[in-house]
Amino acid sequence: MMKISVKNLPELYAKIAEENSLYIPINNKGNVNFKKWEQGALVDLDRLKTVKSAKDVFFPQSQDLVNFEVNGKEIKVGEQVLPTDKQVIFGVRGCDAKSFEILDMAFLEDFGDKFYEARRENTTIITLACGRPDEACFCKVYGIDAADPKGDITTWIVDGYLYWMPNNDKGYDLTAKVKDLFALGNDDDKVEAYKTEIRSIIDKLPYSHLNLKGFDAEHLMEKFDSKKWNELSEACLGCGTCTFVCPTCQCYDIKDFKTNKGVERFRCWDSCMFSDFTKCAHGNPRTTQLQRFRQRFMHKLVYFHSNHGVYSCVGCGRCVQKCPSMLNIVKVIKALGEDNKDE
Amino acid sequence: MNKDALIPSVGVVTDIRKDTPDVKTFRVVGLDGKKPFEHIPGQCAFLSMPGVGEALFSITSSPTNEEYLEFSIKKCGCVTEWLHQMEVGQQITIRGPYGNGFPVETAFKGKDMVFIAGGIGLAPLRSVINYVRDKRENYGKVTIVYGSRSDADLVDYEEIKNEWIGEKDFNVYLTIDRETETWDGHVGFVPNYVKDIGLDNTATAVLCGPPIMIKFTLANLQELGFKTSQIYTTLELKMKCAIGKCGRCNVGDKYVCKDGPVFRCDELNELPNEY
Repeated sequence: MMKISVKNLPELYAKIAEENSLYIPINNKGNVNFKKWEQGALVDLDRLKTVKSAKDVFFPQSQDLVNFEVNGKEIKVGEQVLPTDKQVIFGVRGCDAKSFEILDMAFLEDFGDKFYEARRENTTIITLACGRPDEACFCKVYGIDAADPKGDITTWIVDGYLYWMPNNDKGYDLTAKVKDLFALGNDDDKVEAYKTEIRSIIDKLPYSHLNLKGFDAEHLMEKFDSKKWNELSEACLGCGTCTFVCPTCQCYDIKDFKTNKGVERFRCWDSCMFSDFTKCAHGNPRTTQLQRFRQRFMHKLVYFHSNHGVYSCVGCGRCVQKCPSMLNIVKVIKALGEDNKDE
Repeated sequence: MNKDALIPSVGVVTDIRKDTPDVKTFRVVGLDGKKPFEHIPGQCAFLSMPGVGEALFSITSSPTNEEYLEFSIKKCGCVTEWLHQMEVGQQITIRGPYGNGFPVETAFKGKDMVFIAGGIGLAPLRSVINYVRDKRENYGKVTIVYGSRSDADLVDYEEIKNEWIGEKDFNVYLTIDRETETWDGHVGFVPNYVKDIGLDNTATAVLCGPPIMIKFTLANLQELGFKTSQIYTTLELKMKCAIGKCGRCNVGDKYVCKDGPVFRCDELNELPNEY
């Protein structure tokens, strides 16, 4: 394990940024989000959760797919331009790191998404252990260890030092480029003690022991038909905030935009919470907010699990903190879970 | 270079046939003049005009047609409005084929077949019907029940009249919703007609049409003794990607785009009724 004084981190950022686009939590007027680092940026590694998740780095909110030239009756399809930028994302928490594995299942299996794949290949992930998990966190429910988050490199900030541990070839490659800035950190005990402390805090968090039993393919119809969706969804405004801050929400729209050089076809984030999401020529299978609300949580807790064997939630708690109507997945798990059965 | 599935190719419209006041059939080939790709009956493809939008349509031509793909398209939205006003020679974009298609080489093989369609619902079935005609020895008797609002709204009427009706071991029953001066055939809704005909309940049935027609036809077929495991249908929901990623077309844990659009009714009954 290597270490660097927290005071010297700007040098590390600058070194990484020499050959990579470095994405790191940056404070912009109080809002912290993963942004491209520039000299003088207000990096904030202390903030537990960025407002939006880290998924933009692989699945940007808007992605150009292809350009068309239209001349009379003729159409020319432009060249596919895949992202080639070498990226490093630094300061990813355990929950967001796990979300990448879930997005991989959605984007890389059957008809793998080339844009996502290229970004994934070109990016090195540096995770950061959560020193102060908060009461909205429930990553433990999904088997995530926020004290030792998986990534190409894992880091911990303890007593004014950042400890750095590469986990694979990608991690070692980046480490080789920056190792001159580090000292040897013979403080394994300190890091181990820190991990133990984090795990003991997490164990005491209010949502750490939610029971997911019964959220599976076998109980699909039972969950879908539950009478509780009405009450659960009643206050939903359909604003889509939960989907936009969610690290695992993957739904997208494809749109055309007329430019002065033809037509740009792009893909952008969409939300199953919006009323026109499934609207088509012959009608709309989800006309009520109840149906749309149910779709979102059934997808995360039952459908995705049925198709991929894992839940499409990592317990980051962003939806818990951001929903203007105080709705969230925790309430759904509690209401529909085994601990609170119908009848 | 390995192209992303969302990036289409260019196709050329070589023929446009006006089937009904609001349905046209478009013939599409690639820039090289050949069929853009091979498909299975029941599969779909995305057509688009850049700047207007992209929409998914079932391929109405049979895979046994080696020259081109055909799409029968009803005018009912932005993209379809545009397609309806274009002229022969127009280039459009095309990507596909998508979906599972009908089990023509497995479950359907050797079976007597009943095809029941309403309105534009004939489009995906025409692909199977013509496939069955071209591989006649692999299938038993064929019964077709097809209904529309009026005789003017019967899609592919020329082909039905001139080719299907005369086919060996083919029984074709046509009906329209309300009497017209130009029609001397059967008048009445498809679900009732299906019951009146008294279909052989050992056959395999394939349904496509508006949701209300499917609902009542399904009930009447079951009354005739058809099991849901003998009945197939094909669904249509909003799609943007057709590769299971955009998140729109799921029914429960199944995606219509890749697990469907063809479903057996007993399988469909196990899923939430949200389609």
